[in-house]
Amino acid sequence: MELAGIADYLVGFIIMAGIYAVFALGLNVHWGFTGLFNIGIAGFFALGAYTTALLTTAPPDPALFEDFRFGGNWAEKGFLDLGIDLWFFLGLGSAAVVCGVIALVIGYITLRLRDDYLAIATLGIAETVRLFFLNEKWAANGSKGLYRIPKFLGDWVSPENYDYLYLVVTLVVLGAMFLAVERAAKSPWGRVLRAVREDEIATEACGKDVFRFKLQAFILGAVIMGVGGALFAHHFRFVAPLTFDPLLATFVIWAMLMVGGSGNNLGAILGAFIVWGIWSGTQFLPGFFADPNFRLLMIGVLIVGVILLRPGGILGEERRTTPAAARPPPETAPEES
Amino acid sequence: MTNIRDMGRRISLAWTPGHTTLAIVVVAAAVGFLPFVKMGLVVNGVFLGAIIALGAVGLTLIYGILNFANVAHGDYMTMGAYVALFIVGGVLGRLGIESGAIGPFTFGYPLLVAGLLAAVVVAAGAVLLDLGIYRRLRQRGVNTVVLAMASLGVAIALRGLVQVIWGGDTHHFPRESKQVFHLPMDVRIPPDAIFIAIVTVILVAAVYFVLTYTRMGKAMRATADNPDLALVSGIATQRVIWWTWAMGASLAATAGVLLAIFQAHLLPIMGWKFLLPLFAAVILGGIGNPYGALVGAFIIGVTSEVSTQWINPSYKPAVSFAILVAMLLVRPRGIFGGPQS
Repeated sequence: MELAGIADYLVGFIIMAGIYAVFALGLNVHWGFTGLFNIGIAGFFALGAYTTALLTTAPPDPALFEDFRFGGNWAEKGFLDLGIDLWFFLGLGSAAVVCGVIALVIGYITLRLRDDYLAIATLGIAETVRLFFLNEKWAANGSKGLYRIPKFLGDWVSPENYDYLYLVVTLVVLGAMFLAVERAAKSPWGRVLRAVREDEIATEACGKDVFRFKLQAFILGAVIMGVGGALFAHHFRFVAPLTFDPLLATFVIWAMLMVGGSGNNLGAILGAFIVWGIWSGTQFLPGFFADPNFRLLMIGVLIVGVILLRPGGILGEERRTTPAAARPPPETAPEES
Repeated sequence: MTNIRDMGRRISLAWTPGHTTLAIVVVAAAVGFLPFVKMGLVVNGVFLGAIIALGAVGLTLIYGILNFANVAHGDYMTMGAYVALFIVGGVLGRLGIESGAIGPFTFGYPLLVAGLLAAVVVAAGAVLLDLGIYRRLRQRGVNTVVLAMASLGVAIALRGLVQVIWGGDTHHFPRESKQVFHLPMDVRIPPDAIFIAIVTVILVAAVYFVLTYTRMGKAMRATADNPDLALVSGIATQRVIWWTWAMGASLAATAGVLLAIFQAHLLPIMGWKFLLPLFAAVILGGIGNPYGALVGAFIIGVTSEVSTQWINPSYKPAVSFAILVAMLLVRPRGIFGGPQS
């Protein structure tokens, strides 16, 4: 490969890894901080991507796709007269709002109950979202999906250099998300979340409304995932129900967070780059190792291996307590288990 | 660590007046709706419910005794179906044993042998996975959500394994086409469905017998009730857990084989797709209650099948999800759940 080819590949790689890092941050808010078990990331991924796609994309030629009625391209229709570049922000924002609202509903129903009810509900919402976009052709063109999703700032640079621009966009969004989540984690609010994760009953006894904190954390994580979905849609410029299969939209993200270190925001980002590096790097390996099925197997083994051998992941959770708290606890009777 | 809220009777056999009222309401609603519903769909739903029931009974036992949601349960089903496929095609086929067909069914006795062996293999695999993964985590005293997380990893790895060995395309058990039974009211019953019903009845009766009359079954219920108390009463909880895995996984493997017979094909993702109805049935019946799971399975099976009369059939998983959400809103502990959940 020439140098330019390598540079292009690297840019594409960093964009995708950066988008995945946004999801890993969102999952870190769910699992790393609060201990919420979300196995339906694909649902929020799809909702975010479809929301911005429907708002900004022109409908396909009606002569070819008569099923498709919902032409949402409000940017071109001059709705609010913002132009596509400002509609990008509205797209991101709406994706976040839609995911937040869905998370509010799901969380409100399940977060009062046992921990694993949330997992089943997120699984259900992911499947329902997928079935909706697959079957309701009028809404989003069914299995053919939406394409020609407009570029953000597409007029600024020539098409062959556009990826460099989007790389900056991705990194800016990722940086903003990182700062926001980091700040939230350091705040008293974030401390309560970790308390909830460690011991709900004790937290409740300290006068914290556990349900509300869990709900807020669930919504925050879903909002971040929505932004990630929108970011993905404007990069890939094509969304279809098949894009959001559980493997690439849920499992890989779990592997990223577990490898990088759940509970650590930098770890989430690091994990995204490492796992995506392994995932997209192994396709260059000869023969058997490039088999995508083998990679699927390895993702599962990786998750189990990290849980068993290094539960903290590579970076592990940062200590966010005062040095005084690091003293070993006095010898007392072992806790009942 | 035992969560205060998780205590209470998890494998409950109690029948209260509330249940009678509920049963009357359900039966009345069902009878009231009957004139508007195609009988064929109801019958189909009963057979689908039978397959869900086999998966859900195992899932609810594991849920009740090990206290976590085994996300890999669907993939145990997939594994069962593929192991049976391997035995029928790869082993018995090579030995020159023709599959043929028995009686009115589309398959021959090799598939029966293969199904039994697959159940044993998957049960052994589940016990090994417990040894290698879940037992270590339990000994570490982690939160039960971490066990569920590990089972997600297991689910992904199992599906990957299936795809590495058999590829991602559809497969079939060797089958011969057979006459479909025609009954009045436009009901058509594929012959295999009767086989599915027979297997389900036998296995559910076996589970009932084990839980009610054997020492191991009683130990299972005691462990589900209160693991610590069971341990100090001299119950070998580790052995109880292994028997639970073996029972749950072999039921799941059988369900997988039956599902592959019912839909007439195997796909690596078939088990993961089945997870939603399984959990819906478990929660509907109350976690840890095998009889509840049985009832829940038939409710889910019939409702999602009957719903196709009005809505697009591919929404079936969404229908089970909708029932699940409705249940969580109205009575989160399930139809037969105890006072706490």
